Amino acid sequence: MKLELRGITKRFGPLVANDDIHLTFESGEIHALLGENGAGKSTMMNVLYGLYEPDGGEILVDDAPVVFAGPADAMNAGIGMVHQHFMLVPVFTVAENVVLGHEPTAAGLGGLIDLTEARRRVREISDRFGFDVDPDALVEDLPVGVQQRVEIIKALSRDAKVLILDEPTAVLTPQETDELIAIMRQLREAGTSIVFITHKLREVRAVADRISVIRRGKVVGTATPDESEQQLASLMVGRSVNLGVEKAPPERGDVTFRVSDLTVIDPVGTRVIDDLSFEVRRGEIFAIAGVQGNGQSELAEVIVGLLRATSGSITLDGKELLGRSVADVLDAGVGYVPEDRSTDGLIASFSIAENLVLDLHDDAPFARAGSLSPARVAENARRRTEEFDVRLTSIQDPVSTLSGGNQQKVVLAREMSRPLRLLVASQPTRGLDVGSIEFVHKRIVTERDGGTPVVIVSTELDEVHALADRIAVMYRGRIVGVVPGDTHRDVLGLMMAGVPLEDAERSANEHHTTLGEADLEARTARSEEMTT
Amino acid sequence: MTATESLVAPSAAPPPAPAPGERRSYLQQVLDSSWVTITFAILMALVASSVLIAAANAEVQAAAGYFFSRPGDLLGAAWSSVFDAYSTLFRGAVFDYEATGLRRVRPITETMTASVPLIFAGLGLAVGFRSGLFNIGAQGQVLVGAAGATFVGITFALPPVVHLVLAVLAAFVIGALWAGIAGFLKARTGANEVIVTIMLNSIAFYLVSYLLTTSLLRQGGSRPISPAVAQTATYPLLLGPGFRLHLGFVVALLAAVAVWWLMERSVLGFRFRAVGANQSAARTAGIKVNLVFVLVMLVAGGLAGLGGAAQVLGTDKSLQASTAGSIGFDAITVALLGRSTPLGTVLAALLFGALRAGSPLMQTSAGTPIDIVQVIQATIVLLIAAPPLVRELSLVHRLAALFGYKSQEARS
Amino acid sequence: MSTVTAPQPAPTAQAPVGPAVQARIAWRGPVLYLVVALISLVFFSLLTPGEDTTRFMVSTRDDFVEIAPFAVPSRATALVLSVVALALALWATRLTTQRRKVPTWVPILFGGLVLLAFLVWVMAGNTNALPLTILLTGALTLSVPLIFGSLAGLLCERSGIINIAIEGQLLGGAFLAVVVASLTDNPYAGLVAAPVAGALVGAVLVLFAVRYRIDQIIVGVVLNVLVVGVTNYLFSTVLTQNPQSLNSPPRLPTLPIPVLSQIPVIGPVLFDHSLIVYLMYVAVAVLQVMVFRSRWGLRMRAVGEHPKAADTVGIKVNLTRVRNSILGGAVAGLGGAALVSAGLAFTKELTSGKGYIALAAMILGRWSPKGALAASLLFGFADSLRQVLNNLGSPVPSQFLAMLPYLATIFAVAGLVGRVRAPAAEGIPYVK
Repeated sequence: MKLELRGITKRFGPLVANDDIHLTFESGEIHALLGENGAGKSTMMNVLYGLYEPDGGEILVDDAPVVFAGPADAMNAGIGMVHQHFMLVPVFTVAENVVLGHEPTAAGLGGLIDLTEARRRVREISDRFGFDVDPDALVEDLPVGVQQRVEIIKALSRDAKVLILDEPTAVLTPQETDELIAIMRQLREAGTSIVFITHKLREVRAVADRISVIRRGKVVGTATPDESEQQLASLMVGRSVNLGVEKAPPERGDVTFRVSDLTVIDPVGTRVIDDLSFEVRRGEIFAIAGVQGNGQSELAEVIVGLLRATSGSITLDGKELLGRSVADVLDAGVGYVPEDRSTDGLIASFSIAENLVLDLHDDAPFARAGSLSPARVAENARRRTEEFDVRLTSIQDPVSTLSGGNQQKVVLAREMSRPLRLLVASQPTRGLDVGSIEFVHKRIVTERDGGTPVVIVSTELDEVHALADRIAVMYRGRIVGVVPGDTHRDVLGLMMAGVPLEDAERSANEHHTTLGEADLEARTARSEEMTT
Repeated sequence: MTATESLVAPSAAPPPAPAPGERRSYLQQVLDSSWVTITFAILMALVASSVLIAAANAEVQAAAGYFFSRPGDLLGAAWSSVFDAYSTLFRGAVFDYEATGLRRVRPITETMTASVPLIFAGLGLAVGFRSGLFNIGAQGQVLVGAAGATFVGITFALPPVVHLVLAVLAAFVIGALWAGIAGFLKARTGANEVIVTIMLNSIAFYLVSYLLTTSLLRQGGSRPISPAVAQTATYPLLLGPGFRLHLGFVVALLAAVAVWWLMERSVLGFRFRAVGANQSAARTAGIKVNLVFVLVMLVAGGLAGLGGAAQVLGTDKSLQASTAGSIGFDAITVALLGRSTPLGTVLAALLFGALRAGSPLMQTSAGTPIDIVQVIQATIVLLIAAPPLVRELSLVHRLAALFGYKSQEARS
Repeated sequence: MSTVTAPQPAPTAQAPVGPAVQARIAWRGPVLYLVVALISLVFFSLLTPGEDTTRFMVSTRDDFVEIAPFAVPSRATALVLSVVALALALWATRLTTQRRKVPTWVPILFGGLVLLAFLVWVMAGNTNALPLTILLTGALTLSVPLIFGSLAGLLCERSGIINIAIEGQLLGGAFLAVVVASLTDNPYAGLVAAPVAGALVGAVLVLFAVRYRIDQIIVGVVLNVLVVGVTNYLFSTVLTQNPQSLNSPPRLPTLPIPVLSQIPVIGPVLFDHSLIVYLMYVAVAVLQVMVFRSRWGLRMRAVGEHPKAADTVGIKVNLTRVRNSILGGAVAGLGGAALVSAGLAFTKELTSGKGYIALAAMILGRWSPKGALAASLLFGFADSLRQVLNNLGSPVPSQFLAMLPYLATIFAVAGLVGRVRAPAAEGIPYVK
């Protein structure tokens, strides 16, 4: 099936999210859409899937114009979509999720669902691709990798001829990603066209037959997979970018931050963090890598006091942090950049100035005897926003009027506005554009160079590689191993799946993953560039 | 459903800021302002209620019987019934132009008197709303507060000022503790405060009904009503014996100022608002969210309790299970209409106080039952909550559309 | 948290399970059981005078089979019941310390035992016999409006609309039922009209919730005020002007079911009612199946749990919500008709908070029809007991019995009787 977008335009108020997009997806090919966060990829796919109505342009299926009033129309036309945030009902079973919207009903029983038929449908597709998915499992009990397969089954059970995958690798280990790539190729052989949306250069080069690059809502060019990473990156960002972060080797000081025998058990009884110990020295960046949901986020929350530990100890400068309130921990000199800035880091309806004192509002000079000083809060905001180059109209505007990158700068400006004894940053650059990523990384390195121990939690191997002096890989609440900052991604990938260091190194040497090979090539290319 | 779906815009989008180069016209600004919305909502509610007023009028019904022979009669009867109702409402609530001397201004003081418990309870609810707590329990808090004030007022013999202060304090504390139950349960167990406060309303009613059968509150007599509170514990009258306006009104205005300072200028209020706007960000910033839940409910309940005290110590002088009337539920509409700001709450309470104060005269003189007040009140609040609906219904906005006005919805 | 094996099993990383640290035990349940059992033991049995007896009356005079009233020694009976309850409580505690799950029949049996002990205590030494059949019949009749109300609540909430306006829907239904039945002099016409009023309130609720995206709790509360205002106003005007033609509805006739109604105790309690009660049986049974087993139910629940997921498979989210809210309103309207089915005249604020109790029953029943039935029956029983004891005289002030449903609900939402989990998207307007 051939799918074509002709002059698609979509506006949100004054913002033009898609500007006259022309694209053709041929059958039986993997077509990558490469673009930064916020470039307009998802908007375009939502238009294609009937979720948004375009303001201009048309969609053609096999050269015939079609109009999608809703996702149902898109599905009927043979378009399936695996969303970045899974569209699965957590409290339903796999079978219920798969048949939702086109349920088989038992004959003569007035709309009662035929569960046997539903299970059969799941098994049939699951067997065809070797998915091993239990139709009766509750979706909320399944690991994300399996949930993604349920999403693919859901699309295929509706006879999708074009499958859109929106940032599908964000939640996977490199090895899981490899399996996904295998599935994508299998589907391509079967004649399905695949639209692969991503901002990760390596994946694009590894798997795509064709690449279209999107920038600021426009298609700025097409490329082939043999283009270098550097070229793709500059096409995507619009200027030449430095993919690494320039940093000097760490000047390590004393160990001031220590986590020992830490265990966290959640109310359901799962060991979210299981007997964890590590140390961080002054002046080094210690990265916690791992696939989302292996206890890293919880670790950051326990350090700050947001989550109660079941046992163990966390000390900073020799003082115990466990059992203290969040306010006490922050007062002890811990700066915290939370994983999700919009829910945890900022209050959207508060002004930029208020957000800049969110955790300092009761300290002098902002408050005296229980009374706030708006003048001092404003003065602080003027200084901070200047120092961190926050682009704004007025410090009294709600922080929600800022772009994602500027919002994250507000969080950093606040957390770094006092002398820190420890900086904990969780996914510090998630969802940011390349420019902001560079800025954030630079500030974190500056903080390290000032002698602060830094703990970074990140699921992005690129980010881990760019920042870390040492890397700890977490799997199911445990640290699988602590390795140097330049460890190869295949080794890290295997460790992220729970394989201990020695085994990981051995098996990584035997089987390179698709992305790992791409990585090697890129590094060789870069080092060749340097030498010449 | 296409109509509703076409209205839908991305919720995360920033508020409709004027695009560079595009300036909102003066007309645009005026028609979009919330004052215009509020005024129009009030007018529309009055118009809607006038349909009910006319329909229930005997002369109108009679005229409807021969509508086709003399349609003018129906319109005339309808007009006069509505005019009678609203003019007596005005005379009862604001200025009685048919009375003489000082009696002419008595209605406005009655409105102020009626607004006192609404101001207190409305302020309490406003604090809760802004802190993200949906306190439906003002009814119960008013009632237990009134009971507390009554207990002090009838049990102890104390010198004038001390007795009043003590009775008012008792109402504050008991109202606060009663609401605190909901705050505590939310903090400790995550129990939804909407459900808990609704349930506490009924429990308060039965509890006070029970206490009115015991020696604690009844102290003799056969009807379930408390004896009158001691003279020493009542709010002194502000304008002498001819008027019921009492010191509670001044206290209510002071409370509004205090609430403004609390919410806008104090550290505590910053925390309240932070929790109200985004709990998890507040928690991450080191604010003890659970403590805030309890504190907010204590403040809200205390204020509602003061409303109960004003009713007993200022107006009624004795307690019944029905003392709270519909104050608690009216206060919800007051806080909503006042957009949860102190000034707005005071103004809204005065408006609804006027409806309460004026309705008895309307019932006796124009024969329109006081129940119409609740209809007006509810309609106003429904309309206020949906400014787009007001603009859709408004003839002025429709006319303005001919001259290039675009509603906010149409622009985004 | 995932408990299922990840796609790549990595046995080498599986550490031996650490014995040292284990999850905290949830002590709330066992503590509650023990406290209640001890209260039952001390107050209902040990403090009861030894010579007292409690008399029960099972059948009424006009029953098909008559069973003579009987008496039991109060203290001994309550003692036996309380001791069994205490044993159950201890067993539940043991299960909890062993981190095992307490089976669902335990709270049911436990509650029954303590309730019986309470009845024995409350009637101890009373010369009158406790009329069990009347008590149970009353419980059922009083619970019918609550059941319809909570079914209405769950129909809305399962699709993501919070329905605080049940009170207004009951009241509107009752009002229209009375007026239409009086005008036509036909009780069945009232039964048909009542859902229209309820549906109207539901339609306004969902209009504001979906189209204007106003907080659903606000709309619900304000709608209740509005319906109270309108019905009060109409009552004070047109209904008071013409009480004969507008406010004297005929009674809904009783239709005993042949054979079944002749069974002792069960017959009169369950099968000797008017049409509305049988409609309730059907509604609960049909909804129980439809909500959890049918295409309609699956889609409705998907909309209430994850509306975007429903949208992406072509289910019209807002349309589903509109339909469900209107249907829910209609069901609550039937509840209003049930309130006045005995031929009652309309009075101001006739529902007196029953809509809020129905809301509570829905929560206590965990958003399922059979749960709503059970919780409503419990509340109906408390109400019936209050009325019976008012007539017979009892040591418990009637106000405390009246408080019972509200207290039970607070305990429920505070998690003392198991966790309640509302539909995830409840109260959140759906925006693409």
